[in-house]
Amino acid sequence: MDKRLERILPRVQKPARYVGGEYNAVIKNKAEVDTRVAFCFPDTYEIGMSNLGMRILYGVMNNMPGVWCERVFAPWGDMEEEMRKADIPLFALESGDPITDFDIIAFSVGYEMAFPAILNMLDLAKVPLHAAERKELTPLVIAGGTAMYNAEPLADFIDLVSLGEGEEITEELIELHRQARRECWSKEAFLKAAAKLDGIYVPSLYDIKYHDDGTIEEIIPLDGAPIQVTKRIVRDMDKSYFPVKTIVPSTEIVQDRVMLELFRGCIRGCRFCQAGYVYRPVRNRSRDLCAQYGVESCNDSGYQEMTLSSLSTSDYPELIQLCDQLEDFCAQRHVNLSLPSLRADNFSMSLMQRLAKGRKTGLTFAPEAGTQRLRDVINKNVTEEDLLQSCATAFAGGYSAVKLYFMLGLPSETDEDVLGIADIAARVMHTWRESATNKNRGVRITVSTSWFVPKPHTAFQWEPQISKEEYERRVALLREAIKTKTVTYNWHDSDTSFLEAVLARGDRRLGKVLETAWRKGAKLDAWEEYFSLERWMEAFEECGIDPHFYANRQRVRGEVMPWAMISSGVSDGYLWREREKAFAAETTPDCRTHCNGCGANRLVGGKCDV
Amino acid sequence: MSKLRLLFVKEAQASYISHLDLLRTIQRAFPRTELEIRHSQGYHPHPIISIVLPLPVGQSSDCELLDFEVTQTTDGSGIAEKLNTGMPCGLRVLDCYEAKRPVRELVYLRADLELEYDNGVAIDAAQQLTELFGREQLIIQKRTKRKEMADVDIAPMIQSVSLDQDEHTVRGTVVVQAQNPGLNPQLLERAIANYLPELMPDFTRVRRREFLDADGNIFR
Repeated sequence: MDKRLERILPRVQKPARYVGGEYNAVIKNKAEVDTRVAFCFPDTYEIGMSNLGMRILYGVMNNMPGVWCERVFAPWGDMEEEMRKADIPLFALESGDPITDFDIIAFSVGYEMAFPAILNMLDLAKVPLHAAERKELTPLVIAGGTAMYNAEPLADFIDLVSLGEGEEITEELIELHRQARRECWSKEAFLKAAAKLDGIYVPSLYDIKYHDDGTIEEIIPLDGAPIQVTKRIVRDMDKSYFPVKTIVPSTEIVQDRVMLELFRGCIRGCRFCQAGYVYRPVRNRSRDLCAQYGVESCNDSGYQEMTLSSLSTSDYPELIQLCDQLEDFCAQRHVNLSLPSLRADNFSMSLMQRLAKGRKTGLTFAPEAGTQRLRDVINKNVTEEDLLQSCATAFAGGYSAVKLYFMLGLPSETDEDVLGIADIAARVMHTWRESATNKNRGVRITVSTSWFVPKPHTAFQWEPQISKEEYERRVALLREAIKTKTVTYNWHDSDTSFLEAVLARGDRRLGKVLETAWRKGAKLDAWEEYFSLERWMEAFEECGIDPHFYANRQRVRGEVMPWAMISSGVSDGYLWREREKAFAAETTPDCRTHCNGCGANRLVGGKCDV
Repeated sequence: MSKLRLLFVKEAQASYISHLDLLRTIQRAFPRTELEIRHSQGYHPHPIISIVLPLPVGQSSDCELLDFEVTQTTDGSGIAEKLNTGMPCGLRVLDCYEAKRPVRELVYLRADLELEYDNGVAIDAAQQLTELFGREQLIIQKRTKRKEMADVDIAPMIQSVSLDQDEHTVRGTVVVQAQNPGLNPQLLERAIANYLPELMPDFTRVRRREFLDADGNIFR
């Protein structure tokens, strides 16, 4: 171990995060490696190691001969300070080597609030921040992940973006980079060639022209770059790689359990949900394969908890059968099954009996909105009867706590909708009185609201976020309306949601704001401990940019969106139709019931696997 | 039912694994052994597994002991090899055997001490430090269980010290009391800070070598 590192580790919190050496971490012989990849997650170890996508791509890259993919996470503030003081550059966990000279530095970006951490990590790695300052082929700085469906705020800093699921394109990209290094191409030549790969977006190959009012006039592709880049997907989940032998952290992480992925995509079509649109189409992994991976993963890792993970797990066609198939193994190995989220309209007694048999604490449902009208607007397609029925099932089955998630500030929301949330909580309380089997334990009902952030590639991408004052008024209104003590009301801090709304639909002019905010100290802004809206407002001011232009402006149909060069496979026309139906409070059936023609089926050659 | 004891090494990266994380890590390796750890009875059953003398985070050890009970009857042979197939770097089980000696017979621990001086070691440092650790009284400030700082005399907890030096390092072996109360050898640094601040090292490295009983014989 590096002696300088050994000196600082005793002084930092949770030093096990910074040393690697976990079971199944991949160590390779450098003499047999020609491509070093630093796979960076712009957040802490505990968050990054909980990301299944990162584990999949780690396996995919390390399965390539000659490629050594190592993990890099953002250090917590105390560690960063010690590293800077001791002049230790950002290093990779497997080898302990500084990543400055790696061939590829790849960021997995799941949320906008991680943007400052990317700049901070590049700086800690002593890599020039701006793509234009990096003249050589290495290190190539790339990014992928859900937040990269609008990569514009990062356009100045990254060389290219990999869109969608990375299993195939990552290999193609690494091979191309290898060839470029072998044949001594210029960086420009490489980027031009990379832009020809399906799913690769090279920001520097696009020129953006603006109208006087600040909106975009035109996006001009240069040097033969495609007008629009469509995301990549894995067509057949049964043939896609699943990390059965995966790293088992020696220190507790957020998702400290086996994550078994049942399917990708979501049949539902909630109009606010970016994941619901950008992960289309639905592709199931067959039940036998799921069961096999589940057993192998538990056996290899030794975990006694397994979460059946997907965007909406209870929509897996054979969920009950899968639980039954795993039952004997789980009983013998004392493995508990859990689901990350439940839909209120298909939570049944039969499913409940198959989950966490021992301790029954809480269940979480997300009705998202307080009235049927507004739930129809967002196409949540869950009725109050569904919710109360599900709660009755849970209470009858011995559960004594229910968490209910809602959003405030959804398009067309009125005070009636806000107050409807309090009514639902009261009715859930009433349901408990009627159906609880053990009333002595009491009941805990938690209502949580977040501030709606309109996201790109959704039916609400044209809508303004409501103002901070209005959001706070609605929070106060709801707080007043929730009277019973058994109902706890939590609301999300408004400042981060506002900045998220700015960055989510930002264009590349935000690059200088991002850089200014980072220079003022923004780094781990997904953490309350580090986030400061004041710092960001100063940065907007200094750069002469109005954040409300991005967060609170109504866009019109036909406005060129900053992310117009990116396609998730879902057509713009479909998103607009969904928007129109939203304002008419008309629902769209789930795509297992009826194909609604969103366009994503072309990614799987015509027919979706629903 | 059997009461078993693991003897294991904790070093390198694994020396930064905290006590609770270590228990979790070892528990996850147990399914590889086909042994079933006994659980306590009651409303919240917990596995009967305990580390005999938790090692401070950052220190290494060749002699860690972990006691546990299994539902099967076994002498523990073959278990070490199976556990080692699921361990992180720096954790290595050396042996698994029936726990016969009670933990209270563990009285002393022998540890290697390395004091690093980046600007070189003073000529008679080892001698001065040996004399210091041999004093009748050595007061250091230690945090009590109530999180207050209190003066503690560590001299009675030091059994023996032998130190040597080369250009940049003073190294040697110390034998200190292991429990009731025990002395973390790292704290010898605080005695240096108090009494010989000019000999305060830039870094102190501790590695546990052996647990000893009252007669100075190896405790397993």
